[in-house]
Amino acid sequence: MKDNLERIKEESSDAIKKVQTLKQLDDIRVRYLGKKGELTLLLREMGKLNPTERPIIGQMANDIRNGINKRIEEATINLKKKDLELRLQHESIDVTIPGKRKKIGNKHPLTKVLDEVIQIFIGMGFSVAEGPEIETVYYNFDALNHSETHPARDMQDTFYITEDILLRSSTSPNQVRIMEKQGPPIRVIVPGKVFRSDQIDATHSPMFHQIEGLVVDKGITMANLKGTLEVFAKMFYGEKTKTKFRPHNFPFTEPSAEMDCTCSSCNGSGCHICKDTGWIEILGSGMVHPNVLANCGIDPEIYSGFAFGMGLDRIALLKYDISDLRLMFENDKRFLMQF
Amino acid sequence: MLVPIKWLMDYVDIDLEINDFVDFMIMSGSNVESVKETGKNIDKVVVGKIIEIKDHPNAEKLIITNVDVGSEIVQIVTGATNIKEGDYVPVALHGSTLPDGTRIKKGNLRGVESKGMLCSPDELELEAENLPEGTDMTDGIHIFEKEYPLGEDIKKVLGLDDKIIEFEITNNRPDCLSILGIAREAAATLKKDLKYPQIDSPSESKEVDNYISIDVRNIDLCPRLAVRVIKNITIKSSPMWMQERLIKSGVRPINNIVDITNYVMLELGQPMHAYDLKKLNKRKIIVRNANKNEKITTLDEKDRVLDESVLVIADEERAIGVAGIMGGFDSEIENDTREVAIECANFNPVSIRKSSKLLGLRTEASSRFEKGLDMELASFALNRACYLIEKLGAGEVVDGIIDFYPNKKNKRVIKFDTDRVKWLLGIDVKISEVKRMLKSLEFEVTGNKMLDIIVPTFRDDIMMEADINEEIARLYGYDNIPSKLMDTTFTQGLVSDKQKIVDIAKNCLTAQGLFEVLTYSFVSPSSFNKIKLNKDNSSRNAIKLINPIGEDQSIMRTTIIANMLELISRNYNRKVDDGCFFEISKVYLAKSLPLNELPEEKDVLTIGMYGGGYDFYDLKGIIENLLSALNIENYKVVADNHETFHPGKVAKLLINNKTIGVFGEVHPIVIDNFDIPLSVFVGEFDFDELVLQTDLDRKYKPLPKFPSIERDIAIVVSDEISAGQIDEIIRTKGAKLVEKVELFDVYKGSQIEEGYKSLAYKIVYRSSEKTLTEKDITKAHNKILNSLANQVGAILRQ
Repeated sequence: MKDNLERIKEESSDAIKKVQTLKQLDDIRVRYLGKKGELTLLLREMGKLNPTERPIIGQMANDIRNGINKRIEEATINLKKKDLELRLQHESIDVTIPGKRKKIGNKHPLTKVLDEVIQIFIGMGFSVAEGPEIETVYYNFDALNHSETHPARDMQDTFYITEDILLRSSTSPNQVRIMEKQGPPIRVIVPGKVFRSDQIDATHSPMFHQIEGLVVDKGITMANLKGTLEVFAKMFYGEKTKTKFRPHNFPFTEPSAEMDCTCSSCNGSGCHICKDTGWIEILGSGMVHPNVLANCGIDPEIYSGFAFGMGLDRIALLKYDISDLRLMFENDKRFLMQF
Repeated sequence: MLVPIKWLMDYVDIDLEINDFVDFMIMSGSNVESVKETGKNIDKVVVGKIIEIKDHPNAEKLIITNVDVGSEIVQIVTGATNIKEGDYVPVALHGSTLPDGTRIKKGNLRGVESKGMLCSPDELELEAENLPEGTDMTDGIHIFEKEYPLGEDIKKVLGLDDKIIEFEITNNRPDCLSILGIAREAAATLKKDLKYPQIDSPSESKEVDNYISIDVRNIDLCPRLAVRVIKNITIKSSPMWMQERLIKSGVRPINNIVDITNYVMLELGQPMHAYDLKKLNKRKIIVRNANKNEKITTLDEKDRVLDESVLVIADEERAIGVAGIMGGFDSEIENDTREVAIECANFNPVSIRKSSKLLGLRTEASSRFEKGLDMELASFALNRACYLIEKLGAGEVVDGIIDFYPNKKNKRVIKFDTDRVKWLLGIDVKISEVKRMLKSLEFEVTGNKMLDIIVPTFRDDIMMEADINEEIARLYGYDNIPSKLMDTTFTQGLVSDKQKIVDIAKNCLTAQGLFEVLTYSFVSPSSFNKIKLNKDNSSRNAIKLINPIGEDQSIMRTTIIANMLELISRNYNRKVDDGCFFEISKVYLAKSLPLNELPEEKDVLTIGMYGGGYDFYDLKGIIENLLSALNIENYKVVADNHETFHPGKVAKLLINNKTIGVFGEVHPIVIDNFDIPLSVFVGEFDFDELVLQTDLDRKYKPLPKFPSIERDIAIVVSDEISAGQIDEIIRTKGAKLVEKVELFDVYKGSQIEEGYKSLAYKIVYRSSEKTLTEKDITKAHNKILNSLANQVGAILRQ
C-alpha cells in the first residue's frame, strides 16, 4: 500500500510536469483523484489495513492527495496564463489599417471664424445682435451721416430695390437700430451679410460678411477704442500681435481710424500676404459721430462711443491662407472638409 | 494723387528719408498707396552727342558711331536706323545698369569694338504717355529734343532722380487733391512753414473787358466764374522742368499754355480751361445748361450728346466745353493761337458728378470739381496761372480780371471747449499746443480754453467740435493716444436664445455628417421654373433688384432649395460622389410688391443630400435627431404634396399641428434641370418657427425603478395603412404602459399577399408604479391587437 502510494505520488507528479493542455490536466485529475481514480480506489482499501497502520497511511494518502491538488492548481494557472498569451498572440491585428470613421460634417469656415470673434467680444462684455439685410436708405445712409452726394449711395456701389429700400451695404445701420431701441450703456457686436455691387473675383464678392461693433456710454474715449481693439487683435492673432491705428475718414465716425495688425503670417517681417509691408489692414473704426448719436436721440454732449467694422471674409481668408474668395461661396465639399 | 517729392519741396522743407516721411504722413492722415522711385537702378547712363556714323565693315544691318560723352569719345556699334550725326542721345557706358537691372559691358560686334549702348525709350522704361507729344516711340534710339550738357547723368536730364508718392485722398479732403494741399499737411505734420506760390494780382483795370464778356445763366451750378485774357502768345513747348513735373503726375505735356493750366490744377487743385479767343463767337463766354440733344465734340475728339442737366461753357453760337469736365475740340489751343481766355470757375459738385456719369467721362478736372472745391480758390489759381505765363514768356497778361462771384461764402466759426479734447480722446493736450496745431492747418484761433476757431475756406469738411478733435488727434498722433480698457459701466456679454439654438442646430447637423454651406441671397428668376414651382406658388413673389450684377442674381430668394440643388450639381460635376449639406440663412418675403415697407426676413434651414446610398429615411432621421436636440417632442410627419418633390416621397413636418417645413426626394424633372443624375433629398424648414418651438429648459426624468417587458408582434396590413397610423394605435391603446414602440422590419414578398405588407414591432411595456405582471401585459397587449384588427384590419402573423 505504501509503495503504491509512493508510486502514485511520483507518477502523478511526473505526469503533471509533462502536461500541455488543460484537458490533459483534467485527465490526470480524473485518473488519480476521480471517483474511480487510482488514489480514490486505493483509499477505499484503507479498511483492510490494521488500525495502527491506518492513521499513518491515511495521513500519507491525504498528503499525497493535497500534493496532487496543489500541483494541478499550479499547473492550471500556468497553463491558463500560457493559453491567454497564445490567444492574445493570435488575436494581434494590423494597427496601421485605417480606422472606421463615422461621417461627420463641419461648420463653414466663416462660421468658425465668426464664432471665435464672438467669443472674444462676449468676454469683453459685448452682446450679439442682428438686423435686417434689406434696409431703408435712411438707416443705411441718412442716419449714418452720409452726405446726399456720398458716392456709396451710387447705383454703381449699392443694390437698390426701390428708391428708399436697398440691400444694406454694411452692418453699420445696426448702430442706429440698436441706439434707437436701447439707450446707453451699449456694448454690442452685429455680424451679418452685406451687399455691394462688385463683380465676383478672387477678392470681391457682391455678398460678403461684416462684424459691426458699437459701444456707447458716458466717458468712452478714443483710448478705450484702442484698448478694446488691441485686446481683440491679441486674442485673435496672438499675444505678440502689434496694432497700428491710422487716421481715415468715415461719414459716421469722427475721429476715424483704420487698424492694421502685424501680419500673422510673417510676424511683421514682410511676406506675400502683407505685400512686404509687415502690416495687414483689419478694420475701420472711430468715435461715433455726434450727428449719428443725435439722429438716434442720444445726447452727444453727455454720451460718447466708438464703433468698428471688419470684414469677416477677409479675416477668414487670411487666417486659413485662402487666396480666392470665391471658394467661400462655391461650397465644394473638398473645401468645406478642410476646416 | 501723384506727388513728385521734388515738386512738394518747393513749398515745404522735407529733411527726412523718404520712408520716414511717408510714415509721418500716413500717421497724420494722408494715406500713401505707393512710392515710386524714378530711374531706379539706372547707373552710368549719360547724355552723348553722335559726332560720326560709319558703315560696319562686316554687317549690313549694323553701324558704327562715335559718341561724345563729354569726358571722351566712345565707339558704339548699333543697329538703330533713326539716328543722325549731331543727335543727342542717352548712352549706357561700359559698366552701366539699365532700369531692369541689365549690366552693359563693352564687347565686340562682328569684329568691331563697342564700348556701350545707345538706349531706346523702352530700354529706359520711359512710357509714351509720359513723354512730350511727338516723341518718336518706334524701335529707335531715344533722341533728346534739346542739347544737354554732354556726359550729364540722364536721371537728372529726364528728371528721373525723383520719388513719386501716390496718396490716397479720402472724399472729405478735396483740398489734398493738390501739391499745395499735401504740402500743407506735410508742413503741419513736420512742424515746418508752408511757402505759398507766387501769383500775378490783377489791378482794378477794366482792360480785360475789351477782350471778352461773360454771362452766367445758372448761378446755382456755377457760383463763381473768373476770366483773364492773355495776348501776344507764342505757342511752344513748356520748359522741361514743367514737362517733367506734369509727366510724373500722370499728365501729358501739350504746349506751354495748356501745360500751365494743367500745372496749376495739379499745384493748387483748381482746374481751369484756356479758350482760343478768336474761335469764340462774339468773344463771349456763356455758362448755361445744354439744350436737349445738343452735340459737342470734346477734346478727346469724341462726339457727345448732352441733355438739359449738363452745364456747358458756350459762346453765342454753340457749346465750347462741358463745364468742369472737358473742353471742346473746336476751341482748342493751336499753334497759331495768339489770344486766349482762361476760364476758372467753381461748379456745383453734384451737377458735375451727374454729368460725368451721364457722359461716362471722368477727368482730372471732374474728379476735383465733383468733390466740391474751395470757392476762394478760383481767382487765386487763375492769378497763379497768369504769373507763370508771364514768367515763362508764353504771352502777355491783359490787365484786369472778370470775376463773377455774387454770393461770397462766409467762413465757418466753431466754438470749441478744449476740455472736450480729454473728454473724447482721452489725452491731455495743452491749450497752447491745441492752438499751435490748428494754426499750422491755417485755422484762425482766438480765445483760451473756450476757443473761437475760424475754419479756412478750403476745409469744408470741418463742421463741428468732433472734426476739430480729429485734427488734434491726428496731429497728436493716434500712436500717442494710450490704450485703455473700458472702466465705465459693467456689461455682461450675451448671445440671444436664437443664437444659442442656431448653434445647437449646427452642432447637431454637423455631428450627423452635414457640411454647412453659404450661398448667395440673390438668385435667378429662372430658379423658380427650375424647381418646378407652380405658377401661383407664393414663393414666386420675389423682390427684384433695380441694379443687379446680372439677370442670374437679380431677385432676392424666397427659398434656398435652388441654391442647394445648384451646389449639389456643382459638387457632382466636380466628381464628388456624395454629400450632405445644410444652410441656415434668410429668405426674403415681400408683404406686397413693389415693396413699400421692409419685407419679412425669415431664417430657414435647408438640408440637401445626394449619393452615398441615402434615402428618404436618412433625411428623416437627421431631422428627427435635430428635433430631439432642440427638445421638440410633439411633432408629426405626414405625406404631403409639393411640386418640387417626388409625389410619393414627400412629407411635411408639423410641430404642435403647425406646418414647419417640407422634405423628401426631389422630383426627377427638377434634378434633371440641375443635371444631377442621382437621387437628391432636400428639406426646407422655417427655422424661426423651430426656434419658437425649441425648449432649452431640459428636466431630468428619474431612471425607471421597475423592470420592462418586451413583446414582439408581426402584423399584416394593407399597403394603404401607414406605419404612423399603427404607431399611433399602439401608443394610444397601450395607454401609459407602452414605453416604446419600435418598427424593426417591413416585409413585402412571396409570403405576403399582393397589396399587403408585414410590419414587425417591438413593444416595450413598463409601469412607473409597479412591476407589471403577466396578466397586466396580456390585457394591454390584447387590447392593442384588437384595436389594430378593428381599426386597420391588421392580421397577426403567427
